[in-house]
Order: sequence, then structure tokens, then C-alpha cells
Amino acid sequence: MSGIGSQPVVRVRGLGKTYGTRTAVDGVDFDILPGEIFALLGPNGAGKSTTIEILEGYRDRSAGQVEVLGIDPRNGDLDWKARIGIVLQSSGEQGSATVREQVAHFASFYPRPRDVDEVLEAVGLQDKARARIRSLSGGQRRRVDVALGIVGRPELLFLDEPTTGFDPEARRRFWDLIRSLKGEGTTILLTTHYLDEAAQLSDRAAVLTGGRISALGPVSSLGTPEQRTPFVRWRERGERREVRTATPAELVGTLVSRLGGEPEGLEVGAPSLEDIYLELVASASLLRTAAAQEGLA
Amino acid sequence: MTSTTTTPAPARPGEPAPLARMLRLGTIRAAYEVRLYFRQGDSVFFTFLFPVVMLAIFSVAFSDGQMAGGIRGDQDPISMAHAYLPGMVAAGLLLSGVQNLAVDIAMERGDGTLKRLAGSPLPVISYFLGKLGQVLVTSLLQLALLLTVAAVVFQVPLPTEPSRWLTFAWVYLLGIGTSAVLGIALSGLPRSGKSATAVIIPITLVLQFVSGVYVTFASLPEWLQNAASVLPLKWMAQGMRSVFLPDSFSATEQGGSWDLGTTALVLGVWLVLGVLGSRLAFRWIRKDT
Repeated sequence: MSGIGSQPVVRVRGLGKTYGTRTAVDGVDFDILPGEIFALLGPNGAGKSTTIEILEGYRDRSAGQVEVLGIDPRNGDLDWKARIGIVLQSSGEQGSATVREQVAHFASFYPRPRDVDEVLEAVGLQDKARARIRSLSGGQRRRVDVALGIVGRPELLFLDEPTTGFDPEARRRFWDLIRSLKGEGTTILLTTHYLDEAAQLSDRAAVLTGGRISALGPVSSLGTPEQRTPFVRWRERGERREVRTATPAELVGTLVSRLGGEPEGLEVGAPSLEDIYLELVASASLLRTAAAQEGLA
Repeated sequence: MTSTTTTPAPARPGEPAPLARMLRLGTIRAAYEVRLYFRQGDSVFFTFLFPVVMLAIFSVAFSDGQMAGGIRGDQDPISMAHAYLPGMVAAGLLLSGVQNLAVDIAMERGDGTLKRLAGSPLPVISYFLGKLGQVLVTSLLQLALLLTVAAVVFQVPLPTEPSRWLTFAWVYLLGIGTSAVLGIALSGLPRSGKSATAVIIPITLVLQFVSGVYVTFASLPEWLQNAASVLPLKWMAQGMRSVFLPDSFSATEQGGSWDLGTTALVLGVWLVLGVLGSRLAFRWIRKDT
């Protein structure tokens, strides 16, 4: 058994997927380590959902190797499915079941399910336990999806845009839930459009653009050094000024002495994941356009 | 910490054998499906109550009419409710099996229920055991209601001979089994959950008209009778007529007798075709669409 804990939970090498002539995923490599939260980011159509559905066993791949919990998802049997939890991007509900009935029903499929009432409390639906799923709001239904994904006590949890339709408070509570799952040792693969969510939760992230990984690493190290360079912003004679510098404190010091006091509207910070992400996506699409033009010429 | 949860090759202690687990989950699924079935107003009306409603309409509309058996049509006159009862019993089998399952599964495919189940460790056999259990329970309740209404409200005399009830039992089991597997096979036909009822209901409705459920089979043109004789519903209805109608009515059948042997044969063939069709048609999800 020794060393198994350090094996990646998910191992993806050269993953490719084509639909007819369209290439959705083109040579993707990454590992997800035990107990880590890994975020898969990227614009719509970049191949996030295709990738995650291949890992879940819903889709066949066209190329490459994939192992999830040591097993090729193509051959994933019931024992393998009992070890993963899936929250799909969109999922229909058996609307005439009550919340508690539905969660208890799914719990019965698994060998070591979580306590149903604890799950309902964790997703904040304890007051809706007896409500028909049909009568719930979109965000509440999404929480039922999450409850069904975690009730089997999965070792690996797939979360495909889990917080779509959540209000800010529900999103915060959801983040707490994800952190507590991580605390119990659950490995999590997350896709999201909310980059603050990825920054809050994930240990590492990959940015997928045009079916390829354009950046991969800890959230704090994504992007090029230039993209991560801190900024100093202030107002001077009514004009907004911004300087990118690796030594912002020094810059502020010289500003204070030059202006003879507190600069107006001073902001010092590092680019957010969102800023870096948008630059990555923009440069990737520029590269593709250039490559396409080269190919034509 | 995850290394401790990695399972060794032998089965987890306390985990029942695969077959026992399959049956246990099948029972859980059946109970869940039956509970939800009765919460859906449309399925309760169009599938569950439909034969009772139709029996009531025909019995009231033709309350002055009578039908009689024998070659010259002058023996054992019976009420219209009595004459329609076997057809309604057969229609109930068709609706509870074919229509109910074909629409139900197509909608589950459309709304993502199947996709979610496919990602869970629910064995596909347990899913089908649940569907068959739901069909069996709802159709038995439907029959009980239909026979009670016929006997109490419309004073239809029910058979007393055990041999007739024995025929009833096997025609019922063979009929409901055939209907259920054909329903599963037809569930692949609608391209979306929304179109399920629009695709399936016309099929079952036409089948009921050409199979002598609403219209006396003998009054259909001969070519249509021959065509319908290939299909299973005609034989379910004929088998049920042999149970509920006086024997003199066998003379009005196409072959001049109840011909239960052919009923068993045709239903058996459709049962096998349905099982094969289900295997070909059913997928948890349509991959790569």
C-alpha cells in the first residue's frame, strides 16, 4: 500500500477528442494529486466539459491516456463509480421527489454513504428536506445536485460549474463546504466561470484555451512574470496613472516624496486571477489567429 | 490519508454479494418509482385511469345496447360493459407497459435522469427491475380498480371458474412482460423527452383501434384483421375475452375459437423481440452527442 497515496488520482496524457472534423481537445496533459482541489478554467467551447466528461466516463476519447483512481474510465465499473462523485453542469431532477427522498435514494446506491441529514445540512437544504424538488429555486436545485454528488462519500469529486445560479451568500457557504470536503481528504476537480472561486478554492489550476492547456500551476503562479507584476495606481492632476513594477513599495515611497504627501486614490495590488486569465485567453486566441493566417499563406 | 481508503481486491466486509445487491437495489428502485408514479397527474390519468374512464364512457354511451355470442349471434346476451371489459383489461396492459415505460424512459433520458444514474453505482439491471416492479404494481392496482368498477358499478359478472383465472394469470403475465419490454425498446424512438408523448401515444392509440379494443375486431376489414393479428395487442384482447366472455362468443373470433395456443405463441415471440430490441435500443446516455 505504501506510495499509493502519492500516486496521482487523475492522470491525463496527450488527451485528444475530435467530433467529426472539429477538434475539441488537443493534446492535454495534467495530473491531479490526492487531496488537492484542481480547477479547470477556460472560455466556453475551450474543451472543459469534454475533458471532464471523458474523465467521468461519459464520453470516449479520440487519443491519449487517462487514468482516474488508477482505472481507465472506459472500463470504469460499479465499484469505480462508487468512488467518484459527479455534479454535472446541467442536470434534470426527478421533480416530484422530495429533497430528502432523492438524497436518501441515491445514498442507498453507495457502500458507505454519508448521513443524509448531515448532507442536507451541509448544502443548506435542511429546511427544504420535505419540499418537492420541482418547487425549488434554481440555486436550491443546484444544491440538490451537489448533495447527490457528495452523498456517496466520494474519493474524487467532479464539480462542473457548481455555483451557477447561487447568490453570493450561498456561494460563500458552498466554498466552506468544499473546504470541509477537502479537509476530509476528498480530491476535487472543479470547473468554474467565477475566477474568484477558483482563486479561493483551488490549489492548482489549468487554463484551457482552444482545446489546449495554455497555463498550469498553483493559482499564484499562473501567467507570465510580466502578467503577475504588481501595479500601483493613483490620481495626479485629475489623471489616472498606473505603473506596473516589481517594487511597488519603493515606487510609493518616491511618489509620496515627489507629491509631498498622500497620493490621491492610491491603489497597490497584484493582478487578480481574472486579469491574468483574460490576458491568457486573449493571447491564446491571438496566437491561434496568427497560426491560422500562417497556415493560409 | 486517501491511501487508507484504497480498497484491496477482496470485497469490502459488509458489502452484499453482487446479485443480492442488484435485487435489493431493484426493490428500492421499484418502491421509489411507484411512489413517484402516483405523484404525476398526467401518467395517472392517461395510463392508470384511462381504461376505467373508457369503460365507463362506453358503458354509459351504449347502455341500451347488448351483444350476443354464437355463430348466429343469438346466444348469451351480455351488457356493453361486459363486452368492453376484456378490451379495457388488454388496453390497460398495453398502456401500463408500452406507453408508460416508453414515455417515462424517453423523458428520463431527456431530462438528464439517466445520465445521472449512469454516473452512479446503480446496476443497470436494478434500474430495469425497478421499472418492471413499477409496471407490475401499477398494472395490478389498475386491474383491481377496473374489475371492481366493472363488477360493482356496471354489474358485470366476473368468472368464477379457477381455470378461467388461471388463463387470466398467464395471459396477464405474458402480456405485461411483453408490453414492458416493448416499452423499453420503443423508448429509444423519441428524439427528445418533450416529444415522447407525441411520438408514443399515437402508436398505442392506433394499436388499440386496429386490435379490437374499442371496435369489435370482427367488424374491421379482413386485411386489417390479418395485419393486426401479427401484433401482440390483438392476442392479449382475445386471451382476455376467453376469460371474461361466455364461451359462445368464441364463435365470433376470426378463427372461430379462442385459440389460446396462438396467443401464447405470438406473445412469446414479441416478448423475445422486445428483449432483443431493448438491448439494442437502451443506452444510459447517447454518447458523443
